[in-house]
Amino acid sequence: MSADMLPLITKALGETVYMVAVSMIISSLLGIPLGVLLHTTSKGQILECLPVNRAVGAIVNAIRSIPFIILMVAIIPLTRLIVGSAIGTTAAMVPLVLASVPFIGRQVETSLREIPYGIVEAAQSMGATPLQIIRKVFLPEAMPNIVAQLTTVVISLIGESAMAGAIGGGGLGDLAIRYGYQRFRPDIMIATVIVLIIMVQIVQFAGNKLAKHLDKR
Amino acid sequence: MIDLSHIEKIYDSAAGPVHALKDISLHINKGEIYGIIGLSGAGKSTLVRCINLLERPTKGTVTIEGKNITAMNNSELREARKGIGMIFQHFNLLSTSTVFDNIAFPLQLSNTPKDTINSRVTELLDMVGLSDKADQYPSQLSGGQKQRVGIARALASNPQILLCDEATSALDPQTTKSILQLIKDINRKLKLTVVVITHEMQVIKEICDKVAVIDKGVIAEQGDVLDVFITPQQPITKDFISVLLSNELPVDFRNIEIKDEPFEDSILLMRLTFIGETANDPIISSLVKKYDVSADLFFGSLDDIKGAPFGRLIIGLDGSQDDIHSAMDYLREQKVKMEVIGYVSRHASSHH
Repeated sequence: MSADMLPLITKALGETVYMVAVSMIISSLLGIPLGVLLHTTSKGQILECLPVNRAVGAIVNAIRSIPFIILMVAIIPLTRLIVGSAIGTTAAMVPLVLASVPFIGRQVETSLREIPYGIVEAAQSMGATPLQIIRKVFLPEAMPNIVAQLTTVVISLIGESAMAGAIGGGGLGDLAIRYGYQRFRPDIMIATVIVLIIMVQIVQFAGNKLAKHLDKR
Repeated sequence: MIDLSHIEKIYDSAAGPVHALKDISLHINKGEIYGIIGLSGAGKSTLVRCINLLERPTKGTVTIEGKNITAMNNSELREARKGIGMIFQHFNLLSTSTVFDNIAFPLQLSNTPKDTINSRVTELLDMVGLSDKADQYPSQLSGGQKQRVGIARALASNPQILLCDEATSALDPQTTKSILQLIKDINRKLKLTVVVITHEMQVIKEICDKVAVIDKGVIAEQGDVLDVFITPQQPITKDFISVLLSNELPVDFRNIEIKDEPFEDSILLMRLTFIGETANDPIISSLVKKYDVSADLFFGSLDDIKGAPFGRLIIGLDGSQDDIHSAMDYLREQKVKMEVIGYVSRHASSHH
């Protein structure tokens, strides 16, 4: 193990955490409402609107069917438009967010679908507006599941951020490719992998804990 | 109070339109406990949902305290719903909220100030006997306790009407009794109009003033509970009642011939139903004293319907034809419902 390794890994870890955290926050802010939209506009639901539901569903499916590595390259013009450059940690977040939003949307939709319709009916019988039902019934009732599913999203974001890193986004993936692979530094390769494993373990553990804490069923 | 007028409900299904409710008209008075009984699939849940428009009738109008709620827009309807509480078979509580927050829910919807919510919820918790459970979650409660939370929640915004959709169907008999008692108490105390949907005659018998029997989307029969119990008109009603009040003959008479005409050594078997005060009168003993007949008791039961005594007897009259006929005339004069079963051999019964 050489002296240059620790600062390299620390810097790369910082970049990964930054990429994942910011992408996750933005994706959740967009993905959760998307999931609510997908669920509430579906058949028999409080805002049933099948044309909207089908159109949004088709777009979500289309984005989700593109492998991340291709999506990343394909949307370079869009990335340039949004952040002004296609290279760098911030630029890497554009494809990360774009890939995660539909993913979160579907996950949230599934969680909402598991809420018994009777609870929604009860809220309606008390005179709740659709917005109140979303805020006070759907989201709190689904929260334990949503937390568990967002944990999965964070973990896949860690993986995707490593891929984004390989095309100039920085972070642990970038380090592993440039040092571990191209400069024949197996020690750095192994260290990177270990750091990734530890990260995923921590995220999963924290996610499980939080979901369990929220779950009162 | 509640007027349903010519309600029709037609669903579209894969197999074509389903006519769930057919031309239903009901009038429910203020302060009444009105039962709607039917088998599963008869349309009773759809019917109760038409009262607060959780289901919109395809045709017909729903009028509540003079206001036609079928003509209201969404926001007027939401306001009207705050005056109609509802409880459900599966309670439908928020699993991630405490008992306190569940009861506070309807108040939060109308942005009630925190202090008011606190005092109102405390009062309701006390009313349903769950003051010590305020901070628990529904999963920590028994079925009966969950329904008590449901009732407290339904009453939070001081409604005039309480709709109960199979509210006791998921509960054991003991708990059912206590929940029915609670519903009866709040009906009296708050002068609440209550609509009870059930498939159990027991529930109707226990608390209802009026009953409507719904079958295949139509009201087969309706009226005062006591009248419907004593003189049910429709086969479906008789079926419901027979669950509670067996119409079977005592075992000795089941496999023997019952004739319409008297024969050698025959006795006349009849079923007598006593209602209210008459259930306590010594009719049989005065009958035997007045006429030269003997009366053998083969079956007897005493029940009560919403507090009124309700007795049933099967007796065998023995004597000359003249005496038997005078005895029957006497019985007809009393407030007793008499139903002749027929003549059977005196030796059929092991009592002889």
